[in-house]
Parts: sequence; structure tokens; C-alpha cells
Amino acid sequence: MSEEVMVNDVAAPHVPHAGRPQIHVVPLRGLPVAGVAVIFVALSIGFNWRWGLVFNHVVGGGLWTGIDLFVGLVIGPILGRLSIPARAEFSARFMPKMVIIMPTVVLMTLATGFQVARNAGNLVATNPNHAWLIVSFCVVGVMATIALGILEPANIAVLYEMNKPVPNGERIGRLMQRFIYTAGITGVMQIATLVIMTRLGSR
Amino acid sequence: MSATSSHSPAVQSDRPVPPVGWLSTAALGLVVVGGILLASYAPRVAPLGLATALLCGAIVLLVLAGALLARIKDFAWATFASVFRWALLAYVIASGMIEFAFVHDHTRGSSLVLVTLMLVVFALSVPTTMAFTVARYAETR
Repeated sequence: MSEEVMVNDVAAPHVPHAGRPQIHVVPLRGLPVAGVAVIFVALSIGFNWRWGLVFNHVVGGGLWTGIDLFVGLVIGPILGRLSIPARAEFSARFMPKMVIIMPTVVLMTLATGFQVARNAGNLVATNPNHAWLIVSFCVVGVMATIALGILEPANIAVLYEMNKPVPNGERIGRLMQRFIYTAGITGVMQIATLVIMTRLGSR
Repeated sequence: MSATSSHSPAVQSDRPVPPVGWLSTAALGLVVVGGILLASYAPRVAPLGLATALLCGAIVLLVLAGALLARIKDFAWATFASVFRWALLAYVIASGMIEFAFVHDHTRGSSLVLVTLMLVVFALSVPTTMAFTVARYAETR
């Protein structure tokens, strides 16, 4: 139901938005925060700093999974029921923040995750956790390919489209459909991540 | 699509384009599989033959994407370059971080060369997909 409403609503082409403020595709104020996170990750790996590695992996992973599930299961359906202007206004403020937040939390999680697994001995083939770890690599691989190859380009393209004097609503709707089509896969992968990681952590 | 918008400049740029985005995303997928293969064997040496084959496949797809991209007429190259430049910067940093982790973990020799080349493909494929997706809908003037 919500998907149908969403597709039909955004199918109205060329909706002018006179006097709209320009959207910053990359919010510059967020870059220093991302920079600090990157430096923190590099130092944690470089000095093999156990707390730093665990902090980055747990906090980054928790945020990644939490944000993905919350956006997919809560924000997405709400957004689908809003009017076009409300949806456009929300997206214009929300999506640029995601451009900074998601790559940062993904980098925090993945770069330190390998080190955490290595230090815990989970990379050793005879370790009982090794098989679970390989499954988690596959889960992350699927999510990374979807996020980087399908969703992020669509996100940036939508923001550029919204910055045009006359945005094409039909085109925005088509690009946004990618989020609907992949939400199920991402949701299943994130729940699998929760199962795998809690299982690894409790053994 | 619909006749209602066939004469607008915005929809003119929705003309059919080669599958550049899908090819570069497929290249990304292959290096992700290769990365999983190498990581799943760490700290042992992974079977390099399969990883090399995946890398070669990814390079072929990326080169094909580049060749198809270069042949598109009336493309918004300025927009493509603008998005590609900034995305490349971001993904070079991300790739550098992953490379640093592998070097720090004493990955050496052929495995390191493979990882490095996979990261190069990664750092080029994501900005290519991103810039192409944006530029294909941008005005060409």
C-alpha cells in the first residue's frame, strides 16, 4: 500500500519549488567529525589499541545496523505516506547527513572489525568461530555492494536532482525505488549481522 | 516514458545510455568477492589463482565501462568530473585505510599486490558509478 502511494505520488513530473534553499550534497560541517573518526580508526589500528578497535567496531557497527533498520523499517514507511512537499523537505535535510554518516560508520566498523577478529583468533581456520566469521564477511560484502553500487549513487543523484530549478519528480521517484527494492535484502542482512555478532561475542 | 514530458530538457537526458553504472557495480562486486576470499584465508595465503581471475574480471568490466562511457555523446562531463573527483578523494581515503590494515597485518608479496589492485578497482568503481548516475540526468550544456 505504502509503496503504491509513494510511486504514484512522486510520478508527478517537474514540480517546481520556487525559492527553495540550495541543498548541500555534502554537509561541510560534518566533515571534521568524519575526519576525527578516520584518524581514530587509523590510530587504533596502527597502535593495535584494543579499546579503540573494540570501540570503533562496536559503536560503528551498532550505528550502521541501527540506522539501516530504523530507516528501512520506520522512517521509510512514514516517508512513503507523506505529501510530496513534506517528503522533499525531509529528504533535503536528511539525505545529505546520510552522505557523511553512513560511509563513516561503515569505515569504522569494517576497518577495525578485521583487526578485532585477528586479535581474538577468529581468523584461524581451526577456531570454532571461523565459519561464522566467513558468513559475516559474505553478509557485509552483499551490504557493501548494495550500498556503494546502488544506494549511494541514487542518493547523490536525488540530491542533485532536487537542486535543479525544476526537479523531475518522476526521476526522483524512480531513483528512490531502489531503496524500496533493496530494503528487504538490507534488512535481512542486518538481522543476520546481529545474530552472527552476538553469537561470536557470546562464545 | 510518458508523452507528457517528452519535450522537456530534463527528460531528454533520460535517453537510453550504456550500462556503465551496472558494469562498474559488477566490477565492485567481483573485487568484494575477491576481498572476502583473501580475508577468509588470512593469515594464511589464499589461493591466488581464483583471486587473480576475479581481479582480472573486475578490471575488464571497469575498462569496458570506461570505454562505453567515453563513447556517449552529449554527456554532462563537467558534472561527471565534479562528482567523480570528490568521490574519488573519499574512496581513496577509505582504500588507503584498508591497505594500511593489510600492511599492518604483515600481508606481503603477491597477496599484497592483489589486495592493492583490488583496492584500486574499488576506489575507481564506486566514484564511476556515482558520477555516472548523477551526470546521466544532468544538463549537457
